[in-house]
Amino acid sequence: MNFLVTLINGLSLGGVYALIALGYTMVYGIAKMLNFAHGDIIMVGGYTVLVALGTSGKPIFTVIACVAAIVVCCILGVTIEKVAYKPLRGASPLAVLITAIGVSYFLEGLAQIFFGTNAKFVKIAEMGILHIGGLSIGWDTVITLLVSAAIMAALTLFVKMTKTGRAMVAVSEDKAAASLMGVNVNAIITVTFAIGSILAAVASIFYLMRYPTLNNTMGAMPGIKAFTAAVIGGIGSIPGAMIGGIVLGIIECVFNSTPLAPYTVAIEFAILIVLLLVRPNGILGKKRREKV
Amino acid sequence: MAENNYLLETKDLGISFGGLKAVQDLNLRIKKNEIYGLIGPNGAGKTTAFNILTGVYQPTTGSYIFDGEEIHGLKQDAINKKGIGRTFQNIRLFNNMSVVRNVMVGLANLPEYKCNVFESIFRLPRHFKVEKAMRARAKELLDIFGLLEERNNLACNLPYGKQRKLEIARALATGPKLLLLDEPAAGMNPQETAELVETIRFVRDHFDMTILLIEHDMSLVSGICDEVTVLNFGQTLAQGNVADVLHDPAVVKAYLGD
Repeated sequence: MNFLVTLINGLSLGGVYALIALGYTMVYGIAKMLNFAHGDIIMVGGYTVLVALGTSGKPIFTVIACVAAIVVCCILGVTIEKVAYKPLRGASPLAVLITAIGVSYFLEGLAQIFFGTNAKFVKIAEMGILHIGGLSIGWDTVITLLVSAAIMAALTLFVKMTKTGRAMVAVSEDKAAASLMGVNVNAIITVTFAIGSILAAVASIFYLMRYPTLNNTMGAMPGIKAFTAAVIGGIGSIPGAMIGGIVLGIIECVFNSTPLAPYTVAIEFAILIVLLLVRPNGILGKKRREKV
Repeated sequence: MAENNYLLETKDLGISFGGLKAVQDLNLRIKKNEIYGLIGPNGAGKTTAFNILTGVYQPTTGSYIFDGEEIHGLKQDAINKKGIGRTFQNIRLFNNMSVVRNVMVGLANLPEYKCNVFESIFRLPRHFKVEKAMRARAKELLDIFGLLEERNNLACNLPYGKQRKLEIARALATGPKLLLLDEPAAGMNPQETAELVETIRFVRDHFDMTILLIEHDMSLVSGICDEVTVLNFGQTLAQGNVADVLHDPAVVKAYLGD
């Protein structure tokens, strides 16, 4: 019974990691860059929630705060792409990588100026415990699990069944050929950053429900873990990011429920290393054979 | 105006990379419904000319008029929407997408399949109607090229000759007025080449298409082209009726040496 609760907990946390990992993997697939500022979008989402909630405990403010976080993160993600990354299209991947790290520090510094370095406590909503059969699970865990599953299903359908989704896959396959078939590559990259940032905003809400302390570097840990998840699943692969996130969430919760709990993070990264030794392209990653 | 007679007219089109003049003073005049050949030895600047015409490169000199409109300076996708579709010398399909989805990417910009994001979200029946129409149209195109059976295979799993056909189908899906084929017969055996000639003629007649093609296979060129331009080291060596040009001593010399 206890194990079942741990598993559900892990699936729920895995859903959060998967949402973040999707942002990494989609941007990597389409813009061929690692957006290391992605974790800080989560942090900005957190502060947006904090500001929008204000001091009021009314439920309506919770809804407003969630919507505000989504809108702010979406605008922020698209702006970062336009201002920082777009001018570097065609530049060396290292220049883009350094820029992304720069954006990350910029956002953390900005948050420090506005909110200081002291951790803030955010109570998004008071949620009870769900009792089914003999199981007791927090409602926040259940909601996280259901909403992230629904979002992932919607995203999968979007990619499979819409023109924009197909264009996204086409751009990730061959940017130049796609543009010559009439695909507006810049518009597709904008859409990708918008979707990735919206997912990060949703993830930040769920992450804060679980770990309600907020500071200007709070995005770093979920960011790096979700990046790990994306690599485990095979970076560039959408289902890979989902699987990677869920695997990582379950591992984290399982080890947290054992005496090994203090070493959970170390174990997670050790598993990453071992997995990459066995499958260098991740679980669903494409094998690229160099042509000679 | 004289230029109204031509679907595509280039005026002294040229491009330099550093000191190298890859294409100079290119003056093509392509009539509607014509099959026009662009030929020349390796490195003559043929593919570069294609890349200028499709917006991959911006010309350093000259200009071109397509369908009565000055279009140079536009980006690739905008030029495609104006009505220039193309294939590639080394096949560039969306390899990990199914055959039918490759064609559907091409179809997306046609006005009859217009359906914006808000309609897709809030008017689901309309979204699915458009998707269904696109899929049906994609199947029609695939049927024409004998690819209907393979529509759910990944593009990379098609045999070589069929990949070339799929590239043509995908380019046609974008609804072009002018189709640029970059060495469509490269790597094909004589029988496949013969089939390709039929396909190109069929495309011209069935889609009322104008075709500009780059080719090395002289039997193919003399078989289907109405007119040709011969490039050598970026310069135009000869131009005009295919039979005359292929017997031009300068052309023979460029191909065979002294």
